[in-house]
Amino acid sequence: MKGLFFALWMLVRRELLLAFRHRGELANPLLFFLMIVTLYPLGVSPEVDLLRRIAPGVIWIAALLAALFSLENLFRGDYEDGTLEQMLLGVYPVPLLVIAKILAHWLVSGLPMLLLAPLLGVLLAMPPAAIAAMELTLLLGTPVLSFVGAFGVALTLGLRRGGILLTLLVMPLYIPVLIFATNAITAASAGLPIEGQIYFLAAMALLALTLTPLAIAAALKISVS
Amino acid sequence: MTLEQFFDMGGYARYVWPSYGLALLVLGWNLFAALQKISQVKAQTRRHPARGSQR
Amino acid sequence: MWRFFHKLASPPYFYSLSGKFIPWLGALAALALLAGLYLGLVVAPPDYQQGQSYRIMFVHVPAAWMSLALYTFMAAVSAIHLIWNIKLADVMVRSSAALGASFTFIALATGSLWGKPMWGTWWVWDARLTSELILLFLYLGYIALVSSIEDRRVAARAGGLLLLVGVVNIPIIHYSVEWWNTLHQGPTVTRFDKPAIHLSMLTPLLVMMVAFKLFAATVILINARAEVLERERRSAWVKELEL
Repeated sequence: MKGLFFALWMLVRRELLLAFRHRGELANPLLFFLMIVTLYPLGVSPEVDLLRRIAPGVIWIAALLAALFSLENLFRGDYEDGTLEQMLLGVYPVPLLVIAKILAHWLVSGLPMLLLAPLLGVLLAMPPAAIAAMELTLLLGTPVLSFVGAFGVALTLGLRRGGILLTLLVMPLYIPVLIFATNAITAASAGLPIEGQIYFLAAMALLALTLTPLAIAAALKISVS
Repeated sequence: MTLEQFFDMGGYARYVWPSYGLALLVLGWNLFAALQKISQVKAQTRRHPARGSQR
Repeated sequence: MWRFFHKLASPPYFYSLSGKFIPWLGALAALALLAGLYLGLVVAPPDYQQGQSYRIMFVHVPAAWMSLALYTFMAAVSAIHLIWNIKLADVMVRSSAALGASFTFIALATGSLWGKPMWGTWWVWDARLTSELILLFLYLGYIALVSSIEDRRVAARAGGLLLLVGVVNIPIIHYSVEWWNTLHQGPTVTRFDKPAIHLSMLTPLLVMMVAFKLFAATVILINARAEVLERERRSAWVKELEL
């Protein structure tokens, strides 16, 4: 299977190279993430106790939106220049190619969010225990956001104004992640155990990793036809 | 119960009747739309019948 | 039996068979509905705690049940379409979508109207209503996706895939929302689940359930017939029909 791993590695490399060619664009979702979080103290109240209470939800909702925002063009470039069709017709199993592509995407979108999030936590007066829990939930949750979001993107690939439709399609699927992630952070702030929530997030991450690539591959084939 | 009691629904009339009314209205609309659709398609098919083996 | 299903997938056979069934289904639905309304609004006694307002349950619960049942139906039939490429399967799914969304809407609206006298507010984030709201988004998402794709075949397959992913997620979403709700339990507990229900209240509920099912079957079949006729209007068997 040397050929397969090599191909996957090449794909990841290619994605990263392409991403870095448009370095400026990489920052957009991160700025979006930061902006949304900043809006809450401005729009609601800068009162520290309130911010601390709503911080888990604020950060995670901003993360959901930023993730979708960053995924919108995941397949578009390849779709438009025919590379996607080549991938679908090629010898390598499409679900694995999908995993490679999303992994590369996560490295330049999800991972930076993980690195930025503690700063946002400080902006929202989160205690250290909460910030630690937040990092863990983001680590487990952002891959789910990437995979499930990619499914929505694959499904709406050929459509104009797919962005709004994408949000409608994907949001219900994001809700379980949101619920368990925010609860884990809230519980951690109160010093309560968070194993249950973390296990659930881990289970969702595994489920997403194993099942969604099949659905994404099916959706890509449908969209390209 | 008396007719008056029936309409009053123990004081809850303004919750019970709109509930039933809304349900029947929405379901009725679905039925109406379905019947309208099929009569429209039938009318269309009558107006433009399929041509024979020329197709 | 398989031969029956195989025949059923043929448009002319489906068209004629459903044409025979629909009047009967419709009549039965009307009867059941009238019986259910009579039993629920007149015969059933008032509730000792909720008085007469509990009667909303007789539309709320069947509507909520149908909203979920139809979504599952749509997902299952979509799977059939995706696997065996039977066009009639897609027709059935499309014919059910608006009705399913309607049932969801009815469940939400009647739930709200039931909640106002009980809890004092028009909306409450209780687990069932919240799950129902998310189900509405799932329906609307399907309808929006299918209407935005021009190619009917592609739309059918994309929509079907979305339904399958949705149906897998429904238990996850439901469990998450239930769990979320127990954390934020308000002072009042939801009264939508009566643990032990008296027969005089159970009977109208069951009759209304049956009525809604029959009604749904009727409407879906009418929609499906219309769709089949429209898709096949250029074919020979339609020419033979006396319209």
